[in-house]
Amino acid sequence: MLLAYGVKKRSAAGTLLAVLGGDLIYRGTTGYSPLYDALGLPPAEELLGKSASIPYRQGIRIEKAITIDKPREEVYSFWRNLSNLPRFMKNLHRVTPLGDKQSHWTAFGPGGKLVEWDAEINHEEPNELIGWRSLTGSDVDSAGSVHFKPAPGGRGTEVYIELQYNPPGGALGATLAKLIGRDPGSEVEEDLRRLKQILETGEIATIAGQPTGKLDTVRREQARVRRLRPARDQVEVASEDSFPASDAPSWTASRGALVS
Amino acid sequence: MKACCWYGKNDVRVETVPDPKIENPRDAIIKVNLAAICGSDLHLLHGAVPSMESGDILGHEFMGEVMEVGAGNHKLRRGDRVVVPFAIACGSCFYCRNQMWSLCDNSNPNAGKLEKMYGQSSAGLFGHSHLFGGYAGGQAEYVRVPFADVGPMKIPDSIDDERALFLSDIFPSGYEAAENCGIQPGDTIAVWGCGPVGLFAIKSAYLLGAERVIALDTYPERLEMAVESCRAYALNYEKVNVVEKLKQMTGGRGPDACIDAVGFEAHGTTLPALVDEMKFKRSLATDKPNALRQAIQACRKGGTVSIAGFYTGFLDKFPMGAAFAKALTFKMGRACVHKYMPRLMDLIEQGKIDPTFPITHRMNLCDAAEGYRMFDSKEDNCVKVVLRS
Repeated sequence: MLLAYGVKKRSAAGTLLAVLGGDLIYRGTTGYSPLYDALGLPPAEELLGKSASIPYRQGIRIEKAITIDKPREEVYSFWRNLSNLPRFMKNLHRVTPLGDKQSHWTAFGPGGKLVEWDAEINHEEPNELIGWRSLTGSDVDSAGSVHFKPAPGGRGTEVYIELQYNPPGGALGATLAKLIGRDPGSEVEEDLRRLKQILETGEIATIAGQPTGKLDTVRREQARVRRLRPARDQVEVASEDSFPASDAPSWTASRGALVS
Repeated sequence: MKACCWYGKNDVRVETVPDPKIENPRDAIIKVNLAAICGSDLHLLHGAVPSMESGDILGHEFMGEVMEVGAGNHKLRRGDRVVVPFAIACGSCFYCRNQMWSLCDNSNPNAGKLEKMYGQSSAGLFGHSHLFGGYAGGQAEYVRVPFADVGPMKIPDSIDDERALFLSDIFPSGYEAAENCGIQPGDTIAVWGCGPVGLFAIKSAYLLGAERVIALDTYPERLEMAVESCRAYALNYEKVNVVEKLKQMTGGRGPDACIDAVGFEAHGTTLPALVDEMKFKRSLATDKPNALRQAIQACRKGGTVSIAGFYTGFLDKFPMGAAFAKALTFKMGRACVHKYMPRLMDLIEQGKIDPTFPITHRMNLCDAAEGYRMFDSKEDNCVKVVLRS
């Protein structure tokens, strides 16, 4: 799963961080998780074995949660099928599983170019937890985990996501990114919201493509409507001058675009 | 198609815009037969609602005929005549399944922005700003309706277009406001605001068993409609001391429940109201709760204040002390239209209510700008404008 904010897409922030990131040191998951604590899980290094870790106070940490009104097994299997992730993570292009634990990822980089890397699931407990990290030599450096917990009172499943990454330039790099207008926390929230919409409704709410009265749109539409009207000959035009209609039509209908 | 679009404060115009199309599988395209202008559209006209963009298509009260149905919609068919709730609801989230349709989790594509403002997002709305999704509204010839297998309700042949139209918003809004009062036999209900929602609240309060309903407004024609069409007792709040008068009319107790059908652009001539107005004009306050303050002061101890009028931001000088000391219950929110449509449709079909009573003006869609002007100024005793496509 990727929240590769280090090489975010189509943004000056992404380029900046990628350029600064020439000598990324590979980090794994963090040494301490308040979430693990809350869930009564042992610390990460016990669960995940040996790996380099980002000390808790370093790097950028994102924690978000959402409740999805579907059974835990359904939410878990949707996420565990990593090829589903681009459906709700808008910066991802494709995730291709390579065997059970490893996968190849592509995402939209600066200027719309695709960036790619490999990742592995380094910890999982079916229906409860998926932990991952990007592999050595990747352009992007991230790690995280997603936890699935039954929601109380039959409300479905609580999904907790925890991400840790250490951008080049540390906290300063992240602050710069925020100043340029990217807020990874909000983007993760939006991703989770889209996941909820897909699982609960089968669709993602959108207004893309809907009509608007923006003035350039109006001008184009008026021109299109004029082109569709049949040409009138001189007699017709002259008759109208002599015998104007007593009731002007309130509008001219055009149904050209509407297909039944 | 023609559509009524917002271009800025006091600037709405009907322009030629592209036709809508199916965007998601559960969508439907409705050919609008009738649309209405709502009191909350006036908040948009006044520029009092944030996140409007030039060119936004207005209108959230509409009904018409299904023209096209998305591949994932197995409920509607082309030719169905339907009335559509003003809030968009998915039908499957926790809130929809618990009848809290106007709080839908999944229908607002800009939920993140609303969540930052209010803590959580409510449902997307037709034609009511980008914070609520930015959906193109129904003061148009055609409209795209998302989750159209949940919202639109088929209209029986025995009910004509005009009698169905107000099921989209104002009838359920008034009814829910009245139901939220928890009316008991013998109760007196006071309703601030004799616009269409207030009038439906008055009628609904009687339908739900109120002994007496007192209506408050300042426009004579609206008070007259409250008396003639709704059997209310009318008070002009600019001519009487409202709190004292209500006490007198209720044996010193105060009304058992109070409905605020005015909302955040309340007018008034008391000192707090004038302070509100001054602050509002200088953008020092977002909301002017004049009616709400009176309702809290007047309500009997242990009573309910039911808020149907819209609020958007923060209130100053809110009489929390009075509310606390009197142990008032507050109920509020945008109406959950989907919850009430079936039973209100039945009431109309049985002839127990003729919901067309507030209509004072009928116009063509292309005259919508004039309709807004008249509705806003209340000229020609305008109470409700219906637009014909």
